[in-house]
Amino acid sequence: MTPKKFEYIEAKTVEEAVSLLGKYKDEAKLLAGGQSLLSLMKLRLAAPQYLIDINKIEGLSGIKELPEGGLSIGAMTRHYMIEKSELIQSRYPILCESTSKIGDPHIRSRGTIGGAICHADPSADTPPVVKVLDAEFKLQGPNGARIVKAEDFFEDMFTTTMSSEEIMSEIVIPKLAPRTGQSYIKFSRREGDFAIVAVAIVITFDERKVCTRARIALSGVDSKPITATKTEEFLIGKELSDRVIDEAASTVPAQIKPGGDVHGSAEYRSAMSEVFTKKALTLALANVGGVS
Amino acid sequence: MTKLVKLKVNGAQYEGEAEDRTLLVHFIREQLGLTGTHIGCDTGNCGACTILFEGRSVKSCMMLAVQCEGAELSTVEGMAKDGKLHPLQEAFWEKHALQCGYCTPGMLMAGIALLNENPLPTEQEIRLWLHGNLCRCTGYISIIDAIKDASEKMKAS
Repeated sequence: MTPKKFEYIEAKTVEEAVSLLGKYKDEAKLLAGGQSLLSLMKLRLAAPQYLIDINKIEGLSGIKELPEGGLSIGAMTRHYMIEKSELIQSRYPILCESTSKIGDPHIRSRGTIGGAICHADPSADTPPVVKVLDAEFKLQGPNGARIVKAEDFFEDMFTTTMSSEEIMSEIVIPKLAPRTGQSYIKFSRREGDFAIVAVAIVITFDERKVCTRARIALSGVDSKPITATKTEEFLIGKELSDRVIDEAASTVPAQIKPGGDVHGSAEYRSAMSEVFTKKALTLALANVGGVS
Repeated sequence: MTKLVKLKVNGAQYEGEAEDRTLLVHFIREQLGLTGTHIGCDTGNCGACTILFEGRSVKSCMMLAVQCEGAELSTVEGMAKDGKLHPLQEAFWEKHALQCGYCTPGMLMAGIALLNENPLPTEQEIRLWLHGNLCRCTGYISIIDAIKDASEKMKAS
């Protein structure tokens, strides 16, 4: 399979990429790792006239500690670097866990975190995780840079708030509060497949083990990565007994609109969203205090 | 319109013509004449086209040839040296890790990439690493045995 003809342009700087996007607008696409885009182009589901390769831009890749205790991850940081980063493992193990579930090792050699986020596949591993970690994205465009919260970024299937003239340069993840637990559980038929359902949770407790903040997002069960806002609100002020976990998980199906496909019907995804939220809450609770 | 792409493959300098849209695997086979790298699915699923790009395993149907200007690649043709098989190739032979052989170049390159990163992988680590490489003949057991066997022999030597 061969993509439709296009012109390949290698951008050397972010400014050059932005100016090319400004020139060609919707006729251009950015090429990051290419592990989703090239597939779409080979199937002719995408046929940009201009392909702007951003792999040679210096400074878009890498993991840095921020003075306030968070982390900055360059948008072109490849999945294998994140998966193996001890720094990320020590602070945000769910990002390592979710990244290790993407595709296969060869795909993770090339694929990038920024690419996975901007592609906005509703069944992908990274989007729910950056949502529950309250990440912020730095987008560079013709009018300079702007910051968008992960929570506000995903609009619909493969659709984000980014304009066709912007490029994502950085993902910033804030420091987590003490007594916070994290979990990410993905359910798929085969290793490396997209999720039938995946649940990401970050949950914080006070000294008396009462939940003070909960973040829950799911993949695979709606047209975008979906936040279970009602479940988050339900958990606040409660101790996580088995009964509370059951009740919390039971609120999830009403908040999602899953579609059905060969991997699982809508009814099945709905049922599994409850089952896996329960598992993920139990796991996040067990992880409190382990890594913060 | 085509471009001249110059790159290093298995330590030797090569060059060839590529359209902007030419996939790396087609370039390797048709322009460089290195047909050891196979095309299986052409969709990034099967792993028959696995090669090393700058030392890391990638699926060569998931990159463009023009992205490889000045790059260093390794393909299955670079494994045997002076007529002597690489220990991983020896192990595939001894353990009957191939039947039709179609997936073998990709399996070998995937195996090399794993052993570069993790010289003594467990069976579970080998299984996880190979889930992007499909084999329709062997049932994988013999491939896993061969990589395990090669890892132990390479470690000992």
